[in-house]
Amino acid sequence: MMKKFPYTEKKDTRSGFGAGLLELGRKNPNVVGLCADLTGSLKMDAFEKEFPDRFFQCGVAEANMISAAAGLTVGGKIPFTGTFANFSTGRVYDQIRQSVAYSDKNVKICASHAGLTLGEDGATHQILEDIGLMKMLPNMTVIVPCDYNQTKAATIALEKHHGPAYLRFGRPAVPNFTDSSTPFEIGKAQLLNEGKDVSIFACGHLVWKAIEACEILEAKGISCELINIHTIKPLDKKAILESVRKTKCVVTAEEHQRNGGLGDSIAQLLANELPTPIEMVAVNDSFGESGKPDELMKKYGIDTPNVVAAVEKVLQRKK
Amino acid sequence: MTTETLSSSSSAETLVQARQKTISTVSKSTDELKKIGSQVRRDIVRMVHGCQSGHPGGSLGCTEFFVALYFHFLKHDAKKFTMDGVGEDLFFLSNGHISPVWYSVLAHAGYFPKKELATFRKLNSRLQGHPTTHEGLPGIRMASGSLGQGMSVACGSALAKKLNKDSRLVFSLHGDGEIQEGQIWEAAMFASAHKIDNLISTIDWNGQQIDGPTDKVMPLGDLNAKWTSFGWDVLQANGNNIEELISVIEEAKKHTGKGKPVMILMKTSMGFGVDFMAGTHKWHGIAPNDEQLQKALAQLPETLGDY
Repeated sequence: MMKKFPYTEKKDTRSGFGAGLLELGRKNPNVVGLCADLTGSLKMDAFEKEFPDRFFQCGVAEANMISAAAGLTVGGKIPFTGTFANFSTGRVYDQIRQSVAYSDKNVKICASHAGLTLGEDGATHQILEDIGLMKMLPNMTVIVPCDYNQTKAATIALEKHHGPAYLRFGRPAVPNFTDSSTPFEIGKAQLLNEGKDVSIFACGHLVWKAIEACEILEAKGISCELINIHTIKPLDKKAILESVRKTKCVVTAEEHQRNGGLGDSIAQLLANELPTPIEMVAVNDSFGESGKPDELMKKYGIDTPNVVAAVEKVLQRKK
Repeated sequence: MTTETLSSSSSAETLVQARQKTISTVSKSTDELKKIGSQVRRDIVRMVHGCQSGHPGGSLGCTEFFVALYFHFLKHDAKKFTMDGVGEDLFFLSNGHISPVWYSVLAHAGYFPKKELATFRKLNSRLQGHPTTHEGLPGIRMASGSLGQGMSVACGSALAKKLNKDSRLVFSLHGDGEIQEGQIWEAAMFASAHKIDNLISTIDWNGQQIDGPTDKVMPLGDLNAKWTSFGWDVLQANGNNIEELISVIEEAKKHTGKGKPVMILMKTSMGFGVDFMAGTHKWHGIAPNDEQLQKALAQLPETLGDY
C-alpha cells in the first residue's frame, strides 16, 4: 500500500524561507539579509523588522547585492540574498562565479518565484535554466525543497553549511505535507514511498505532482518508488543507484528545462554507472508565458498526468 | 589561518579588540618608500617578462599607491594572514589585472617568499594571472579580474566591520576604464545609501584602456562631479608623486567616519617609471622582450635585491 501524505493547508515555499531566516536571525547574530527591492515577495520583511541593522536593502541592483554579500563573508557574516530566481542567477552569473563560487565565499543565494509557477508575469521572469546555471559552478550547492516545511528546514540547515549555496523556491501555495520536525540534511535524498516497478525522482513543486501520480498509478497496479531529490548538487548518488538497481527504470520530474536540470544530472549518473531507461518530465527547450500556475504546468507538460504518462512509457521501454 | 572564529558577536568584539592591539602600521619614510617602489617596478617588469604575459602598464602606474598603502598606511599583519581580516585595515583590488604590483608589494611586506614572484602566471603557481583566493595565496581575500565587482565587495566588507564594531578601514582600487562597468555605479549608490564611511576607494585615473585613451573609447566625463553627486567625498591627487599621495590618503582618512564614503581620484601615468612604457595604452597588457627588459631595468635601481 502506498504511503499517505495528508496535509492540513497549502502554503508557499517562499514563506518557509522567510520563517527559516527569521529563526536563524534569532539564533545567530552573524546571519545577515540582503534584498533587491523584493522584501515582501521574498517574505524577508519579518527579518528586516526584527533585525534592521543586519538587513541591507540593495535596491534594484542585484549585481552589487551579490558582490556585497561576498564582501560581508570576509568579516565572518553569513549573508542570505533574496530576489527572484531569474535575477538571482542569470542576471548575476559573473558576480556569483567570481566573487562567490571561485572565491569560495559563504553566500546563500535564495531565489523565489522560480519556474513557470510564477504565473502571470510571464516568460521574462519565469526562469527555467537556473538549476543548470548554478550546478555547473564548481563549489556550488544547489537545493530545491518541495514545500513550506522543507524550505524552512533547508534555510535553517544552510547556516551550518559552509560555502556557496543556491536555494530555489517558489511563489504559489502548495500542499505542505512534509513533517516539520524532520531535520534537513543537505545532499541526502528523501525516500517518500517505497516501490518496485519504477523510480521517480522529483524536486520542488513536482514532488507533490509525483505523489498524485503515484496514487493514480497504484490504482492501476503499478508500484512506484518516489524519492525527493531536494539537493541536486551534491547529488545523492548512492540513494539513486540503490533505487534504480531495484526498479530498473526511471522517471524524473522538475519545474525546469530538460537541459541542465535534475533529469540531466540523473541521466549523467546513470549513463556513467548504470545505463537505464529514463523519461524526463520537464520543460522541453521552451520559454513559458503568462497564465495561472496550474494552466502553465498543464500546457508545458509538467503536470500530474505527464508523470503518469512518463511512468507508463518507461515501463514499456523496460520490457 | 587563525583558529579563532567569528562565531558570535560578543566574541567578535573581543577578537576585534585583541587583534587591533597587536596590529599596527609600518609607516616608512618617503625615502624608504621610493626605494621600495624602484624594486617593485623591477619586479613588475621582470615578472611580466618571465612569463611573457601580464599587465605592466597599470602596475607601474600604481606602484606609489601600493607602496604607500602597504608600507605607510595599512594596519595589517603580513605574518599571520587571516581571511576575515578582523582588526586590520583591508584592501581589495578590483582591477585584478594589475596583479604584478600587488604580488610584488605583498611579497616585500612579508605575506609570502619573494622567490615565489618567479612563478607568476606559470602552471601550479599561487600567483595566478588575476588574483584569487583559490590557490591560498596569503594577502588575497577575493578573486578579481572580471571588472566592476570590487567596490561592491569592499562595501560588504566595510559593513561587516561596522557590524563587528571593528574601527579599521577598507580600501579599494579601481581602474578608470573599469568604471564603465554599471556595477560600479550600483555600488556607488549603495555605499552612499548605507553611509559606508569606513571605505576609501581610489580610481587609477590614467586615461588609458586596452583599445586606447578613455576619451576615445568611452569618455568618463566629469568624474569629480559624478562621484560628488553620488554622495561621496571626493579628493584628487597625483598618484605618481609619493609625497602628494601620502598627504591625500591622510586627508582621506580624516574624511572617514563622517557618514559618507570617500573617493580618491588618482591621476597617474600608465607605465610610469619606464620611459618607453609611460603615458600610452600600448603597454597595458604586453610583455617586454629581452632587450626592452634590459632597457627598463637600467632605469630602475635594484634597491632591495631581485627575487
